[in-house]
Amino acid sequence: MTAGAGPTMTRVRGRNTGAVAADQDAAGLGRWRAGLFVLPALVLIGVFLVLPALWTIYLGATDFQLTGTAAAQPRIVGMDNLLSVFSGGGFAGSLLLTLEYVVGSAVVGQAGLGLALAWVMRDRRGVLRRVVDAVVLLAWILPNSVVAFLWIALLDRDSGTLNALLGTPGFGWLLRYPMLSIIVFNIWRGTAFSQMLYSAALANVPRSQLETARLTGATPWRQLWDVVLPQIRGHVLTNLLLVSLWTFNDFTPFLLTAGGPDHRSETLPVFVYVTALTGGQLGLGAAISFVMLLVNLVIAFGYLRLLGRRKDGAA
Amino acid sequence: MAAITTTGLGKVYPGGVRALDALDLSITDGEFFALLGPSGCGKTTLLRTLAGLESPTSGSITIGTSDVTRLPPGRRDVAMVFQDYALFPHMTTADNIAYPLRVNGVPKSSRHDKAAQIAAELGLAELLARRPGQLSGGQQQRAALARAMACHPKAFLFDEPLSNLDARMRLEARSFLKRLQRQLGVTTVFVTHDQSEALAMADRIAVMESGHIRQIGTPVEVFRRPSNIFVASFIGSTPMNLLEAMVVDGQVETCGQRLVVPNGVIAGLANGVSFVLGLRPEYLTLHTASVPGALCGVVAVVENLGSQQLVSLEVSGTTVRCVVTEDAEPALGAECWLVPRAERVLVYLDGELVEDAVLSDAR
Repeated sequence: MTAGAGPTMTRVRGRNTGAVAADQDAAGLGRWRAGLFVLPALVLIGVFLVLPALWTIYLGATDFQLTGTAAAQPRIVGMDNLLSVFSGGGFAGSLLLTLEYVVGSAVVGQAGLGLALAWVMRDRRGVLRRVVDAVVLLAWILPNSVVAFLWIALLDRDSGTLNALLGTPGFGWLLRYPMLSIIVFNIWRGTAFSQMLYSAALANVPRSQLETARLTGATPWRQLWDVVLPQIRGHVLTNLLLVSLWTFNDFTPFLLTAGGPDHRSETLPVFVYVTALTGGQLGLGAAISFVMLLVNLVIAFGYLRLLGRRKDGAA
Repeated sequence: MAAITTTGLGKVYPGGVRALDALDLSITDGEFFALLGPSGCGKTTLLRTLAGLESPTSGSITIGTSDVTRLPPGRRDVAMVFQDYALFPHMTTADNIAYPLRVNGVPKSSRHDKAAQIAAELGLAELLARRPGQLSGGQQQRAALARAMACHPKAFLFDEPLSNLDARMRLEARSFLKRLQRQLGVTTVFVTHDQSEALAMADRIAVMESGHIRQIGTPVEVFRRPSNIFVASFIGSTPMNLLEAMVVDGQVETCGQRLVVPNGVIAGLANGVSFVLGLRPEYLTLHTASVPGALCGVVAVVENLGSQQLVSLEVSGTTVRCVVTEDAEPALGAECWLVPRAERVLVYLDGELVEDAVLSDAR
């Protein structure tokens, strides 16, 4: 009796889950068994991403210090850290520098130059194409510390390559134009990604469409604007999202200017580092990090909304 | 509105591939002209060179009265319809049709009126607000045609216009295209690898092989009198019988048999000369009773073509095909006799057609 009831019940339950999920559940695993497959990844994400993020929020609510009594016994100070982040002058200035860095080097520089390179190189084959690809990729694959060293050697005041080329010995590029220096540096450093992403996107636009436009007399600029850009809009937004976030969180400028001179190139990641590790105020640093996280989320949601609108428009 | 002439047109790709070899072609005003050949014969290269999308390495192209050899595609005043139609997926049908006008700076309201008018002519009036993804294959093709018509070009260039349509649509589109071309009277060059398409639509056909033009002629000319063995074997939905033959005592010997051919067919050939005899299956008559001087063979295969039957006979080890009407189906294994139609016997010497005075008159 019981032996007969068991399988029947199982079958009924199986049928139920099947009916519920039939239109969404292609693998036919059911919700719980499918969940098991995702579990290991969720655990890893939880331990290494979510927990530290929550820990940052907790730290930001304390007066945790690198040394002294507050390092041994941090006190909960509540919103004090956050309030001082917004009331102190350092954060607002640093945020502006960061936005300048993101717009200048990521949005205009990397994405713009990447698209331009991809467009100009779209039909090129042979030596020129290979040389450009190699140079761009080389900048991408070198380690940060090596690239930073190369750029210091290039921009050095006394024996730098640039000063030797321009005949301006003693000109301190990193001191006179710290933001411009790190922006140009980051463009040089990261354009490869955008160029490769756009090259792949351009390859998806059928040649016949460009040729049709050419036959009507459209200039290359019009072909790009009328035919290509509307079709690669999704790629453009995805690329902008990625390079914006990477650049927003980029710490490499520290290796060139260490945030100086006089905080003039102190972007937020550098600001956090200086506050938390150089200044020793770990709690305050955590609070700044938390605000950075929020800014990141705002940027990401902005792009994702634009992407979502594209899908609605296409449907 | 314009004739198209090429003089010594050549195209050699880097690496030495000769896609076009000194082509002289003259397409008259208002003609519907087909470039026909197997893949890789250079027909698409020729079309793209006419459009200006490829630049020739030698020779010149004239469209109308002007030499356009060095002009960029946008200034040649020709419109091309691509095999995949190349409609812009992010634009509505109306915007697609109006795009050439937009590039040429026509104001928005008048270019949309124009687009609506052309769309109405091609039966697209209801579809103006749709995107290409929401159109059927045939509708997409008509939208691409409408876009090509929008700026009244001197010539149309079609690249494999029917190959993306299913079989039924293809027939419909064929008559549609032919009627449209006649109505508009615009010089039109189209590329196809399908000989039946070329025969059905074109006023004249250029049959191409590896960068050369092997024959130019009306559909009737290339079908009835292919000027060489390549054209003979390429044209015709049932391939031509090409039989090794020899002149023996002033008579034709082929497949080990004597075949009586009309007077004059081999008049110019000396005794003992080998040649190829070209007999279209459609031009052979099948007899079930013995006929003196006919090719005698055994029925091996009968294929139903609908209203006709394609009969393959074994003639002393060689397969010879002939087409018979539906009522005259012979039995498998039966012995039959094939008599060629007098004025349709072709003789190829060294691969080229032997033009015969007597036959030319008979034709």
